[in-house]
Amino acid sequence: MALISYDCIVVGAGVVGSLIARALSRYRLRILLLDKASDVGEGTTKANTAIVHAGYDAKPGTLKARLNVAGNRLFDQLCAELDVEFDRCGTYVVGLNAEDWGVLQELYQRGLTNGVTGLSLIDAAEMRRREPAISDQTVGALHAATGGIVDPFNLCIGAAESTVLNGVELALETKVTSLVREGKQVVGVVTNKGEFRGQWVIIAAGLWADDLLHKAGLVGFHITPRKGEYFVLDKVAAGLVHNVLFPCPTPTSKGILVTRTIHGNVMLGPNASDSPSKEDLSTTSSGLNEVMAGALRLVPTLDPRTVIRTFAGLRATGSTGDFLIEIPRELSGLLVLAGIESPGLTAAPAIAEYVVDLMREAGLRLAERPDYNPQRVGIPRFSRLSREEQAALIAKDPRYGHVVCRCETVTEGEIVAACHAPIPARTYDALKRRTRLGSGRCQGAFDTPLVIKIMARELGLSPLEVTKKGGHSRFLLRETKEVGA
Amino acid sequence: MRELRCDALVIGSGPAGLAAAYQARRSGAGRVLLIERNNELGGILPQCIHNGFGVRVFSTDLTGPEYAGRWIRQAREAGVEFLPKAMVLAIDKGLTVVAASSQLGLMQVQAKALVLAMGCRERPRGALAIPGSRPAGVYTAGTAQRLVNMEGYMPGSRFVILGSGDIGMIMARRLTLEGAEVVAMVEILPYISGLRRNLVQCVLDYNIPLHLCTTVTNVLGEERVEAVIISQVDERWQPIPGTQQELKCDTLLLSVGLIPENELSRMAGVAIDPVTGGPVLDERYATDVPGIYAAGNAVHVYDLVDDVTESALRAGRYAAEYALRGPAGLSRAIPLLAGDNVRHVVPQRLHLESLHDGALPIQFRVRQPVEEAVRAQLRVGEEVLTSKRLRYVRPSEMVTLELDAERAGRIAQAEALHVHIAH
Repeated sequence: MALISYDCIVVGAGVVGSLIARALSRYRLRILLLDKASDVGEGTTKANTAIVHAGYDAKPGTLKARLNVAGNRLFDQLCAELDVEFDRCGTYVVGLNAEDWGVLQELYQRGLTNGVTGLSLIDAAEMRRREPAISDQTVGALHAATGGIVDPFNLCIGAAESTVLNGVELALETKVTSLVREGKQVVGVVTNKGEFRGQWVIIAAGLWADDLLHKAGLVGFHITPRKGEYFVLDKVAAGLVHNVLFPCPTPTSKGILVTRTIHGNVMLGPNASDSPSKEDLSTTSSGLNEVMAGALRLVPTLDPRTVIRTFAGLRATGSTGDFLIEIPRELSGLLVLAGIESPGLTAAPAIAEYVVDLMREAGLRLAERPDYNPQRVGIPRFSRLSREEQAALIAKDPRYGHVVCRCETVTEGEIVAACHAPIPARTYDALKRRTRLGSGRCQGAFDTPLVIKIMARELGLSPLEVTKKGGHSRFLLRETKEVGA
Repeated sequence: MRELRCDALVIGSGPAGLAAAYQARRSGAGRVLLIERNNELGGILPQCIHNGFGVRVFSTDLTGPEYAGRWIRQAREAGVEFLPKAMVLAIDKGLTVVAASSQLGLMQVQAKALVLAMGCRERPRGALAIPGSRPAGVYTAGTAQRLVNMEGYMPGSRFVILGSGDIGMIMARRLTLEGAEVVAMVEILPYISGLRRNLVQCVLDYNIPLHLCTTVTNVLGEERVEAVIISQVDERWQPIPGTQQELKCDTLLLSVGLIPENELSRMAGVAIDPVTGGPVLDERYATDVPGIYAAGNAVHVYDLVDDVTESALRAGRYAAEYALRGPAGLSRAIPLLAGDNVRHVVPQRLHLESLHDGALPIQFRVRQPVEEAVRAQLRVGEEVLTSKRLRYVRPSEMVTLELDAERAGRIAQAEALHVHIAH
């Protein structure tokens, strides 16, 4: 049987892989986007700080520095095209002692070298005026006007849906186990769903990128999972914290920050500790204590009683300190992305363009498709609409009048829409990332029984088959005892 | 947008909302609307299929659905109009409420008085920041109760219950009767946080191991819960190294506290008591926003439904009075404050005139249990206005003192009244 041959196979549908597939989808190419998880963006994309960095952190001359600054500039247009929430609200690095003031000046200079615009150093009084809850130890801050906050889940979902709408084939629950080689040429991938042939294989496998490289005989690069733990606070805390507040950076991370999120919560974190496992997303008591202590140094009046959730993510920290994005000399037909840690989310749109450039230089013929459509429309967000728009939406589809998640005001209409989107939500967590369902102060206590019923109906499942996140993560194990006849 | 007008709008159709709406009509309010977000009326009562409801109000021991049924009938007969399957989105200035419903679309209700009866929610896992993985199989006790009693599904087969709230204890029995195994109930405090009768009838009678001074310090399992680690804690609630024990289970139920639901109250500009999490009330159960009243678990979490109902009758009566006659023009309010070993007091403010309408129940909880006879006292300075002897006091059991008009003359000039526990 002849195997279908693709022009490009992108391994990994995180924000990087999805944006690469999207950048390629504007050309006449047959593209396959693969991911081992049951949804797109299930790796580092779903658990990070969701900041669009200005670009003053990275060492000048690195790919990190260049792609951070370039990526940042692409966000307004990208998020408008993908119907994703983004707020270029500016960010602050806050100095808490005399030594920090020196660091701030250094960051300011580095930012200028990296080509960052909109940087300014402000004094303590000005910082307090802009953020009254800031520590009274504050000596001043670096303000980066181009920094911002974004919805990282829907950026990835939006990018991946855009590729699907433009003809990319998406295969979820498809895990690449090895690369197919013919001599020095990579010609495809072997997966749990069979073999796929492609002229180009692009590895955007996040934490697992080095494992795939090692299997292909490229042993020079290693990824160390570095865990970061977070708290999410109730929206009431947004009355206290109005900005994105970084402390001065440490050698291993940008430090434990206190930030408003695009969804109106406050988030604290992350710490940074090397993890022995690429799959261990558990939080730890010591890590959480460290995060709370760090956050309280910046904003001492934070109320730990307003915590509604904790989570952890893993950074794909590479052995060289920089992003690895290259076509290895040893093999052709392969493009590798590895070590895409912070500022990976910010850099992702520029990484995608850079990848296209590398492939063009390597001889890939790129002819524009006349029917390429960059616009993608997400599901309606009832809570974000004006009252007139809400009334009109309910009049059109009464399911938008049924509020299922009371904390985040998510309606049945949105759940139904997400279950039938170009990339359908098939698990509770997938729905949560698309709609904010269960993300509020009750954490799904009220909505879960209702959502299970709606999901079962829309996805054609028994309620017993509805899962939280695929696999064995079922909510319900059996029916209650039968009533006697 | 559909526009409605009414004398009184009650938000939430649990026991508080039903009684408040009923009483508002009985007290003369014209059109009384009761808005409920769920399909069924009764709030949490329909899923509370155990008994223990209405012993004082109806002098008979009813189940939750039966208690709800009686009040739904009484409210309907009193002329209350029900608006089920409608969610309040906002309370705007001037007692204007915006709500959404599939049947009626977006609507704006202009009320002359409002009663907030949104009840409470359960504290979730995140609020405790329990470390570990985040698999399926972690539920609040109330969610599990709904799944079992209303939807007919078992959310697990081997349960560990963290916390000893009443719903957790009641679910321990319910799950056991459904053939599940309840491996343990663990409570961080040295005493249970629910009622003693539930401990006996739902936990001890079913031989469910109870671990006091113990908490869950880790959750294991990637897709579904596989086990939890429990550890004993010291007096500062810190886990004691070396006391860890792994309990195999597929489900962790949380019964770790209830939080009054007051997002709408905040939206309306109502002052919230930081201790109760509910509105600051006067003796009429009026909030500090004219025309807005509150009752039930939205004010502070009650032990017994009968107390919820009685609080709501008071709120409904005065809400109707406000709708019909406007502000009562009351004199200065005297603060009611928590004294020795008292955590909070409801109501928080007192206008003496209202005492002529009848005695006022002053409700409070203690901070620390005392397992010997004590006196609960309402004092002005050192003078005891009213007091009550109690065989013991426990944080899990609300205490009520009554203040009547007879004593009002003695406190006309008082700057504040204090509730104390005296030995």
